[in-house]
Amino acid sequence: MSYALELRDVRKSFGKTEIIRGASLGVNAGERVAIIGPNGAGKSTLFNLISGRFGITSGDILLHGQSLAGLSPFQINRRGLSRSFQVSNLFIRLSVFENIRCAVLWSMGYKYSFWKFLADMRDANERAEEVLQMIKLERRRDVLATNLTYAEQRALEIGITIAGGASVILLDEPTAGMSKSETARFVNLIREVTVGKTLLTVEHDMGVVFGLADKIAVLVYGEVIAFDEPAAVRANQRVQEAYLGSVLADAQAAEAGH
Amino acid sequence: MTSIHESRLHQHFRRYNGGRWVVWGLYALVLAVSPLVFTSSLSLTMLSQIGIGIIACLAFNMLLGQGGMLSFGHAVYSGLGSFFAIHALNLVAAGKFNIPVSLVPLVGGAAGLLFAVLLGYVTTKKAGTPFAMITLGVGELVAAMALMFPGFFGGEGGINGNRVIGKAVLGISFGPQGQLYYLIAVYCFVCTALMFAFTRTPLGRMLNAVRDNPERVEFIGYSTQHVRYLAFMASGLFMGIAGGLGALNFEIVTSEVVGAARSGAYLLFTFLGGAVFFFGPIIGAVLMVLALVLLSELTQAWLLYLGLWFLFMVMYAPGGISSLIMMNLRLASFGKLSRLWTAYLALAGLAFVILVGAAAMIEMVYHLQLNQALGPEMKFMGATLNAKGFDSWFGAAFVLLTGLAMFELTRREFVRQWSVIQVEIEHEIKQREALA
Repeated sequence: MSYALELRDVRKSFGKTEIIRGASLGVNAGERVAIIGPNGAGKSTLFNLISGRFGITSGDILLHGQSLAGLSPFQINRRGLSRSFQVSNLFIRLSVFENIRCAVLWSMGYKYSFWKFLADMRDANERAEEVLQMIKLERRRDVLATNLTYAEQRALEIGITIAGGASVILLDEPTAGMSKSETARFVNLIREVTVGKTLLTVEHDMGVVFGLADKIAVLVYGEVIAFDEPAAVRANQRVQEAYLGSVLADAQAAEAGH
Repeated sequence: MTSIHESRLHQHFRRYNGGRWVVWGLYALVLAVSPLVFTSSLSLTMLSQIGIGIIACLAFNMLLGQGGMLSFGHAVYSGLGSFFAIHALNLVAAGKFNIPVSLVPLVGGAAGLLFAVLLGYVTTKKAGTPFAMITLGVGELVAAMALMFPGFFGGEGGINGNRVIGKAVLGISFGPQGQLYYLIAVYCFVCTALMFAFTRTPLGRMLNAVRDNPERVEFIGYSTQHVRYLAFMASGLFMGIAGGLGALNFEIVTSEVVGAARSGAYLLFTFLGGAVFFFGPIIGAVLMVLALVLLSELTQAWLLYLGLWFLFMVMYAPGGISSLIMMNLRLASFGKLSRLWTAYLALAGLAFVILVGAAAMIEMVYHLQLNQALGPEMKFMGATLNAKGFDSWFGAAFVLLTGLAMFELTRREFVRQWSVIQVEIEHEIKQREALA
């Protein structure tokens, strides 16, 4: 059986500096994977490579068994992989509804058509309304994206990512900058909207990681040093060394304290 | 501040779509009735040019306002449309090409489209500043070509044509300016409607998305380059139609029509009218013809006045006149416009005082530079000024400075009132949202 997403010895250099140094990973369909690692480990770079923002230097990335090498972001998106951004990346002068509808159009087959009115596209409009409800922004439907609160913008960011119905979803620090209560609500939202999808997320908040992920991949200096279920990763000696009593140990200590 | 106002504005006006048929009906009515109200031959000429200008400015704004693409060389597409249309007209006259004169503008449109396909492919490979640079380069290239190939472009004299061909059909020969005006008006209405329809289609919406955030567009399945290219072609088509109508209107096409000055005029007046709203360029086109035809008759320094006006608009009202209108309509819809009319009256009066002071000085400088032979005495708004006398200069400077000082004081008070009203409106909106 082929993986939903597979990385084979992926390498990426910027100039002489190798940022990703032979990362390999195989994610099964329907799995939720959290990618963790110290700052500068290359987590965001890895996402940029998978989504086609940067080209890889060597190795291969496969989506449902097909190589993504050399494809542009929009071609990769059309094959069913969608990503969100760490800093909200919205269409700021369009309304919330229009933002979502833009994200729906290609997957509904409307492409570059200029002979049909948007208002008449019932399937696209219904899908957009449905996504609005999923991300709980239906009451903000006609507000311009630039006028949303921070948490609402993060929700819209997720909405745009999932609207096209991609089977593999990449979320780059979806809860960054949110308060504790917002984060808890947001984790639930992410779980709801990604039912049945393959999910990869970069996350710093260990609460989110353990709450959301079936599996954890630990990225250190551009290499995946562990990829397993949360309990096994927690017990992993190399992982503990890599973190040197930092994030993960803190989380463990906090948990032991309960 | 302005951008927040504008964005709120958008939201607000999206809700009032019921009146759309009324607006389009009024637009058709104005196009139809104008020549009956303004009957002089000068006004008929100007109305014809306005109709052509509206198509051109709206087509230009497909790129500027809707796609965030700043073109410095868009006269290329209207201009080449003009040349192909006038050649087509001459072929028809010679009996070598058989189409009605009323369809000759479509030949211009086809030429505009063809060159947008060819040149746009290179241009739209880039966005932002590189895009603007390439349009500038292409514009210079075509302008240079126009002088290198006199066979096609007619050299300095241009190409002449005659729009009256054969017998009149149903009394229509397009000879009289009035008949041609109605042809232009029909094209103008249809093209406006088509360009508005374009904004309601998937491609039109994705063009907005490319303007707002090209990077994200690539991650929702669309190629930004492709979106830009298609929009560029659509723009080129309508620019070409405008050019074709221009050829019929003037019956002569010279190399100026592809020149940088023409491109600059499209940019300047589209901006003055306002690129944010669809109807902005329509206002821009009206201003363009008024400035090019009337203002240039009124004073030799018209380009200087135009430049100053442009400068002030960029600084204080970057959304153009259409944005100013919409902001005040928003106030009116909340019943708060009446509180500002005294301030507007004062601002308008003082702006006029500033204009008088500044214009007196500008006109004196121009008089000294250009009309030396006539002596230092000159007429200005009914008064006689001595361009070399201390009194005239002192008087003009006094009027200008007093006007500026008073204007600034009034403006501060106005800005204060304006923000108070905006806060009130925001408050009302919040209340309504809470109730909804």
